Amino acid sequence: MIRVVLPTHLRTLARVNGEVELDVEGPATLRAVLDALEARYPMLHGTIRDHSTQQRRAFVRFFACEQDLSHASPDAPLPDAVATGTEPLLIVGAMAGG
Amino acid sequence: MSRVRVLVGTRKGAFVLTSDGTRERWDVSGPHFGGWEIYHLKGSPADPNRLYASQSSSWFGQVIQRSNDGGKTWQTAGNKLVYEGVPGTHLWYDGTPRPWEFARVWHLEPSLTDPDTVYAGIQDAALFRSVDGAQTWQELPGLRGHKSAPLWQPGAGGLCLHTILLDPSHPGRIFIAISAAGVFRSDDAGTTWQPMNRGLRSEQIPDPTAEVGHCVHRIAMHRSRPGVLFMQKHWDVMRSDDAGDSWHEVSGNLPTDFGFPIDVHAHEPDTIYVVPITSDSEHYPPEGKLRVYRSRTGGNEWEALTQGLPQRDCYVNVLRDAMAIDALDPCGLYFGTTGGQVYGSADAGDSWAPIVRDLPPVLSVEVQTLP
Repeated sequence: MIRVVLPTHLRTLARVNGEVELDVEGPATLRAVLDALEARYPMLHGTIRDHSTQQRRAFVRFFACEQDLSHASPDAPLPDAVATGTEPLLIVGAMAGG
Repeated sequence: MSRVRVLVGTRKGAFVLTSDGTRERWDVSGPHFGGWEIYHLKGSPADPNRLYASQSSSWFGQVIQRSNDGGKTWQTAGNKLVYEGVPGTHLWYDGTPRPWEFARVWHLEPSLTDPDTVYAGIQDAALFRSVDGAQTWQELPGLRGHKSAPLWQPGAGGLCLHTILLDPSHPGRIFIAISAAGVFRSDDAGTTWQPMNRGLRSEQIPDPTAEVGHCVHRIAMHRSRPGVLFMQKHWDVMRSDDAGDSWHEVSGNLPTDFGFPIDVHAHEPDTIYVVPITSDSEHYPPEGKLRVYRSRTGGNEWEALTQGLPQRDCYVNVLRDAMAIDALDPCGLYFGTTGGQVYGSADAGDSWAPIVRDLPPVLSVEVQTLP
């Protein structure tokens, strides 16, 4: 089980409170987590990564275990603490806009 | 007694203003989608409880919302608006080629007859259509495939398709306007398009009378006379009496012919309204006086409507999609400002009062007349 913390606006859009818990099949990568997240909450399609390119939207960041994973390969393994559910994956709206 | 529902899109959410036919007391609901830019929301003429909203943010991109109960509750609809084929390029501000890139939905235009059919005008300029209540979208690629498209350049707000007019008497006839390409018309339900800019003159482009390249801010028609179109261009207020085939200027005695919205009286097809703005670099009313101008002669002869509007120290703007007219008699007018006010008039513009004063900057205003 992987824990994901969404930014406020995406929690509102997905109509969830608090953390989201996801079961991810296969290796725990960013891509696998986002695939599972979008499968559970289809309204999040296109809000975190581009529909066509699957690239992270510019003002969205991925943090975990006090590391910035935003520029890591989407197919790289997530930290063990995230993969085991000890630590959450944080999806964050970048500080921008004042 | 009839009611009206005013749909207001702002930089930080949507608001729904409702009143009975007297239009004296208003209920305000919102913000809906607080924190998101709501470029536009509009109701279906075929089912007034069906509303569509364009919700977007720099962080999380584009979302489309749909309501089946007049805005009380909303459901997230489809937001996958992907250009057909290889997008190609248009021109950037500096004249270099730039690939088409989706930015946002500027305008949603529901079908006149089918609540599940809705058109979306987007930036970078293209026209999309959904026939399943905004669940899925398909581009009408003939527009962006027009031979002139590689030469289209953005206006200050981006290369946006901001106006969609559906002709009620000619099924399949659609007018659209793009800043800064101009007006295009399709007579085959959006398959093929022709530029409709003859008679426009824009000194800001190399060939002032070019077939495309004009910064058209808004066009409007009266349902009873769809062959007559009115236009607020970047500069100049224009009129066409032949469904866009040609245009002539009707700015007449306006204090400035720069502005954004233009609209037509509900019952008098030759009565039109504009909000003059000082200039393209001074996006505020001349002399700090917020004035709607009305022409009862289809242009050229204009009168200032000032009663109830601020006549000193007012430096707000009124954006292109931020004026609407209800169908009551006398008809009601509504417009929103970048200062967050929504003004209403229940007497066709003779007098005005603020409905709300302190919203976020207003991007769009639409009105529904309800039984």
